[in-house]
Amino acid sequence: MNRRDFLKSATTLSVSASLLPLSQLLPRAAQAASNETAVVVFGGTINSLDIHRSGTNRASYQVAINCYDRLVSFGTKATGDGSLSYDYSNVQPELAESWETSEDGTVMTFKIRKNATFWDGKPVTAHDVKWSLDRAVSLGGFPTVQMKAGRLESPDQFKAIDDHTFQITLPFPSKLALPDLATPIPIVINSEVAKANATADDPWATEYLHRNPAGSGAFKVLRWNAGEQLVYERNDNWACGPLPGYQRVMLREVPAQSTRRALIERGSVSASQDIPNKDAKELAEKPGVKVVSTPIENCIYSLCTNLDFEPFKDKRVRQAVAWSIPYEKIFEQAAYGQGVPMWGGEDQVSSIAWPQKSPYEQNLEKARALMAQTDYKDGFEVPLSFNLSVADWAEPTALLIQQGLAEIGIKANIEKIPGANWRTIALVEKKLPLHLENFGGWLNTPDYYFFWAYIKGNLFNSYNYDNPEMAKLIDDTLDMAVSHPDYAPNVTRMIEIAFDDIPRIPLWQPTLNVAFKDGVEGYEYWFHRQMDIRPLKPA
Amino acid sequence: MSLGVKSKRVLTRVLQAIPTIFGILVVCFILTRALPGDPAAYFAGDMADAESIEQVRENLGLDQPMPMQFVTYVGDLLQGDLGVAISTGQTVTQELAKRLPASLELTLGALLLALIIAVPLGVLAATRPNSWVDHLCRFLVTAGVSLPTFFTGLALLYVFYYLLGWAPPPMGRLDMMFLPPEPITGFYTIDSVIAGDWALLKASLAQMALPLITLALFTLAPIARMTRAAMLQTLASDYVRTARAAGLSRRRVLITYAFRNALLPVITTLGMVFSFVLGANVLVEKVFAWPGIGSFAVEALVVSDYAAVQGFVLSMALLFVALNLLIDVTYTLIDPRVGEDS
Repeated sequence: MNRRDFLKSATTLSVSASLLPLSQLLPRAAQAASNETAVVVFGGTINSLDIHRSGTNRASYQVAINCYDRLVSFGTKATGDGSLSYDYSNVQPELAESWETSEDGTVMTFKIRKNATFWDGKPVTAHDVKWSLDRAVSLGGFPTVQMKAGRLESPDQFKAIDDHTFQITLPFPSKLALPDLATPIPIVINSEVAKANATADDPWATEYLHRNPAGSGAFKVLRWNAGEQLVYERNDNWACGPLPGYQRVMLREVPAQSTRRALIERGSVSASQDIPNKDAKELAEKPGVKVVSTPIENCIYSLCTNLDFEPFKDKRVRQAVAWSIPYEKIFEQAAYGQGVPMWGGEDQVSSIAWPQKSPYEQNLEKARALMAQTDYKDGFEVPLSFNLSVADWAEPTALLIQQGLAEIGIKANIEKIPGANWRTIALVEKKLPLHLENFGGWLNTPDYYFFWAYIKGNLFNSYNYDNPEMAKLIDDTLDMAVSHPDYAPNVTRMIEIAFDDIPRIPLWQPTLNVAFKDGVEGYEYWFHRQMDIRPLKPA
Repeated sequence: MSLGVKSKRVLTRVLQAIPTIFGILVVCFILTRALPGDPAAYFAGDMADAESIEQVRENLGLDQPMPMQFVTYVGDLLQGDLGVAISTGQTVTQELAKRLPASLELTLGALLLALIIAVPLGVLAATRPNSWVDHLCRFLVTAGVSLPTFFTGLALLYVFYYLLGWAPPPMGRLDMMFLPPEPITGFYTIDSVIAGDWALLKASLAQMALPLITLALFTLAPIARMTRAAMLQTLASDYVRTARAAGLSRRRVLITYAFRNALLPVITTLGMVFSFVLGANVLVEKVFAWPGIGSFAVEALVVSDYAAVQGFVLSMALLFVALNLLIDVTYTLIDPRVGEDS
C-alpha cells in the first residue's frame, strides 16, 4: 500500500466513524440513579465522620447534618424563584419536642422526644445530650469556637435534669444561643457507645467516632471508602422528621469539574453539588438538568484594604478605590451574572437588610477627585492578592480591579496565594495590603457579620480595621434581641459606618449552585452550604 | 555466571539502595517542612482561634524542634508506622495499601497494553520502512507525544461516554452497582479472577478501559519509537547480514538475531517510561475519579500534609529502587555480556 492508499483508507475510516447511526447506540440506562437510590457527586473529599475531630474538613460536615440530630433545627421557606431555603427566623423542634426560656432569658429547658432512639435501639436521653455538648465545648478547635458564638463555653452550663429534660444556662441572655444549637456542631451522640470505645488517652472517643458514627439521625453510613465514596442508608425509625424520600444515597467523589459536568449532563447522577457559576449558567439551559442557585446568606465577595498599609490609612484613598472598581464587568465576567449585585445603592441607609448594596459604583471622576485631595495624588504601587483555591472567580475579578485602579494611578501587582497558606497569611497574620475575601457568617444577623469582620483582631477582619464606635455598637447589639427597640438603629449605624469607612468593599453576594437531574425534588438551601439529603425525594 | 555470583550481585545492589533510601528520607523530611504554609493553621479549620491552632500544632507534634521530629519520625517508621494523613483522615499505611494497587493496576495495565501494540508495531515499521505500518507508527508516536494525557482523557470521555454512551460513567474503579472483590493483590481485575466473579471482572475492565487507553497512548510512543530505531539498527548490522547470507529463515533472523538484540534498549526505555506513566497518572486519576496514589500525593502536598507526603515519597523511592533492580536483573538474563566481567 502506498501513501495515497493509506490516506484514502484513513479518510474512509474517520468518515464511517462519524456516520455511525447514533440511534443504534442505546443510551446506557442510568440504573443507579433510580427512585430508590440517589447519586450525588462532588469535588471534595470526606475525611472524617466526626465533625468534632480536629482536621475534619468542610465537606465532612454533611455527615453531621444527615446522620445526627440536634436539639433544634430551622424551618423551611420558599425563596423568590420558587426554590426552598431554610428559615433562620423559624426555629423548629428536632430532638427536643418543645423548649421554654426563663423570664430573664438565661435558662433554656428542653423536653427530649420520648420516641427518639439511636440506631442501636437505645432511647435518646438528656444524658446523651449533656455528654455530646460537653464534648463540643471541650475538644477545642472549630467546634469549640462555634459553640462559643452561641455563648456556650463550659460543661457547667449543661445539665440533664432527668432522662428527658435538658437544661442550658447562659451567662447572659443572647439571641445567638438558640440558632447556634441548630448549626451542624451541637450534634447528639450515643454516649454509651462512645464511652465504651473511649480510652484514657482519648476520653471523647475521637478515634472511634471518626470511623463509626453513632447517632439517631435520618441516615446511617452504610459504607465509607475514604477517597472514593460514602453510602448513606435511610434510618426507617427516624423520629425527628418526615421519612426521607430516598432509601439510599451514594456520595461519590469526582475531582475533575469537567467530569462532574459530563455526569450530570448525561443523567448518570442525580445531583452535582456546588458547581461553578459558568456551569450553572450553561447547564440551566440544557434539557434534563435543573440548576438551583441560591444567594448565600450573610456572605459578600469583597475587596479589602488593609489599614496597616500606609496609603489605605487615609479614608479618602479607600473610598477612591471603591469608586474605581468596574463592578458591572466583574459581575458579568467573574460571576457570570449569578448572584446579587452589591453596588450602586442609595446614599442613605434605609433598611437593616444584610447584605445590601453599597452606595459606590464605578465613577472615575469622583475617584480621581478624592485621590487628588490626598498625599497620594501621584499614585502608588500595591500588591493585590487572592486565594488560588477560589481562583475561578477571584482571578478575573482581580484583573478587572487592576484595570480600574490603573485609571486612578494605583498600580496593582497581582499575587496568587496557595490555598494552604491563605489562612495564615491573610486571616491570621493579616498582612496583605489589598486582597479579595469571601467571608460568610453561619448565623444570619448583620451584627454577627460585623462581629467577625469589623472588630480588631477577629479572624475575618483581615484588614486591621479598628473603630471604637463600631466596636461598641457591635458589643451592645450582638446578644440583643432583634425585637429590641435599639436593634434597628444600631444596625443601621453599623452599616453607615461600614460604607463610609469602607475598609471592605462589597462586590457581589455569591450564590450556591447545585445541579439536579430532572425528577429529583425537595432540595433546600442551608447556610452551611452542604447537601442536606433528608428532604430530597424522587418526583 | 554462576547462581551464587548472581545472587551476590543482587544482594550488593539491595545494600547499595539503603543509603539512597535514607538520603531520600532526610531530604524529603526537610523539604516538606520547607514548604510554605502552616499545616496547624490549615487543619485547625476556618474559624479556629490562636489557641486552637496551638492545640492542633501540639497534636501534630509540630511544636517540637526539627531534629526531635525527625528522630520521632524515624522511630515510628522502624515500627512500620507512617503516621496519619490528616487531609484524608486515614493512616498513611492504609492509604498506600489501598491506593498504590489502584495506580499500579492502571500503570502496569497501560504498560502492558502499550507493549502489546508498540513492540509489534515498531518491529513491523522497521521491517517495512515507509509502508502504511510505518506511517501508522509515526502517526501514533506523534499523537502520543504531543497530546497531553489530560486532554486525551477528556476527549475520550467526551466521545465514548458523553456522546456515544459506550463507556460507563467515569466514577472510579467500579460501577456503583458493584462491591469491590476481596482484596488479595489489590488489583480489582486479578482479585475478581481469583474470586471467579466474571461479572465483576467485566465491570472493572469497563471502568479501566478509557483511562487505560489514555495512558497507553501516551506510553506507546517512546516504546514504539525505540523498538523501531533499535530494530533498524540491528537489521542493518553485520551479524544479521551474515545470518541472512547463511540462508537462515527470515523468521529466525528476525526473532533470534535481530529482535533479541533490539530488546535491550527497549527494556531500558521501559524503566524510564514507567516513571513517566506514574507521573501522568495524576491527571488521568483526576479526570476519571480514580482513587490512586498520584491525586492523593498532590492533594497532600497542597495542604502540607507532612506524613502523607513523606509516606508517598518513601513508597515511590522503594518502588523505583525495586524497579531498577528488576531491570538490572532482566538485563543480565537477556544480555549474556553483562556481568561476565564483574
